[in-house]
Amino acid sequence: MNIQGRGALITGASRGLGRALAEALAARGARLALVAREAGPLDDVVGTIRARGGVAHAIAADIGDKHAIHRIAGQAQGLVGELDIAIHNASTLGPTPLRLLLDTECEDLAAVLETNLVGPFRLTKVLAGAMALRGAGVLVHVSSDAAVEAYPRWGAYGVSKAAQDHLSRILAAELEGTGVRVLAVDPGEMDTVMHAAAIPDADRASLQRPADVAARIVQMIEDPARAGSGARLVAPRWEAP
Amino acid sequence: MRALAPRELARWWPAMWEPSLAADEVSRQAVRLVALERRTGRVALHAFSALPGLLGAGDLVVVNDAATLPASLPGRTAAGLVFELRLSGPVEGEHLVGVMFGAGDWRTRTEHRPPPPRVEVGERVTVGPLSATVTAARGRLVELEAEPGGADPEARRDALWQALYASAAPVQYAHRADALPLWSVQTAYAARPWAVEMPSAGRPLTWDILLELRRRGVGIATLTHAAGLASTGDAALDEQLPWPERFEVPPRTAAAIAATRAAGGRVIAVGTTVVRALEASEGRAGAGVASLVLGPDTRPRVVDGLLTGLHVPGESHYELLRAFAPADQLERVLSGARLAGLSGHELGDACLIL
Repeated sequence: MNIQGRGALITGASRGLGRALAEALAARGARLALVAREAGPLDDVVGTIRARGGVAHAIAADIGDKHAIHRIAGQAQGLVGELDIAIHNASTLGPTPLRLLLDTECEDLAAVLETNLVGPFRLTKVLAGAMALRGAGVLVHVSSDAAVEAYPRWGAYGVSKAAQDHLSRILAAELEGTGVRVLAVDPGEMDTVMHAAAIPDADRASLQRPADVAARIVQMIEDPARAGSGARLVAPRWEAP
Repeated sequence: MRALAPRELARWWPAMWEPSLAADEVSRQAVRLVALERRTGRVALHAFSALPGLLGAGDLVVVNDAATLPASLPGRTAAGLVFELRLSGPVEGEHLVGVMFGAGDWRTRTEHRPPPPRVEVGERVTVGPLSATVTAARGRLVELEAEPGGADPEARRDALWQALYASAAPVQYAHRADALPLWSVQTAYAARPWAVEMPSAGRPLTWDILLELRRRGVGIATLTHAAGLASTGDAALDEQLPWPERFEVPPRTAAAIAATRAAGGRVIAVGTTVVRALEASEGRAGAGVASLVLGPDTRPRVVDGLLTGLHVPGESHYELLRAFAPADQLERVLSGARLAGLSGHELGDACLIL
């Protein structure tokens, strides 16, 4: 997909990988609707992109809230027009320090699923139909190796990401032939606020920079031949074309 | 209760004998479809899921992909008098166009609501959390310039949309017990928020049915039409409905219409808004304003068939149906619908005219 002039929505866009994706897509000429819970940090991202001549709009909303979903979709398409790209990047670890599953409160597991699984499902439900009738669109689910590996203490997050991977595959199967491409992308370990919350003593020098990962995800969006619908891609193993 | 005089009784008898359409909300999965074949006059009742079998390979279904705005905002005049503002068209920049209603809410039928307070050009009012200046006022029709605050015009637009979605609700219907959320008034393919009431003919088009249409070789194309208000609370204004409405026909849809007609297929409009947009544009690509009003004396030139809700005489939508079928055929459709207990609610059952 040629990104120039396309409408794109990114959740969790105020920091980390979301912010890096926003800056990378804006540099390619996308028109952005950026979603995050806190208006302040989000306005900072929007201001940075506008100062560089890019198009970005801020939507302060919580993806885990059902009532926020049509607000997000309506504000986004009211401000940037039709959407061709949606990146489900927002996610929560649940309470930190991370806990064993048997120590996880039921309500905390449910809240993680609302944000990491049900939120992306609801947003796709209200955005993908228009893409499918137009015959073009890309949905990206940001995943994690915790979706595949059984890391102790990563239960709530890992379960939500494993389920989101499967959500991505089933959506791809159901939307086959419509022109909408559905991807899951494991970004690998990055130097972000979220990583520091999960693993406070990590060696930051060994972590990828979010901007480098974002550049690879942009290539995946542009390259339907190598990033086919239903694929689960691992960003550190992605080779630039 | 007084007894009816014989002449009154005669006038009321047919209505009593024949029940009116139900007004229940019908689940999207449970919608029924009454189909009229104009050539034979045959009327048949189906489950809505039978739709793909009633159309044929080479036909083209055209839908209105406008999402429904939360178009009802709480307002207050400079003197502190309350009103409800119902947007009558899409938001353009910081410009809001709408109809004012007096105190009370949607639980009261619009025609029974008290008149709204008078406002003057230049007066400052509030709508939701926004301050706004009245730039035009003609009776209850108003135009407002909202002032979301801030120096940067792009940041002001962000703030305006944030305020709109934070404070407004979808336009509600008096015959419902509870308020409809935005989730209940969107189609399965809604895109840009241009409609102030739901383009409801497309509501029963689930993805199961849309994909089945595709499998059978029926094309599906979109346009965007700013579906307007169904009532204004003012009988004289209601007479003028529908007002001119903005639309946009994308080039891919114009191409699909041309190809369908060239191959002898039928163009099926989903909803009266699609009929207006296609007849106003003559099926050509581009943006425009549909001001035409179809009725018994007009013949559609682009649209061959229509999927719609159930409409009764007296509604502007019913007049549009008369452009497609004679009154006696439409009456047979309605009789069948009444006897089967079909719902004429905006969120009710469906009618197909082929």
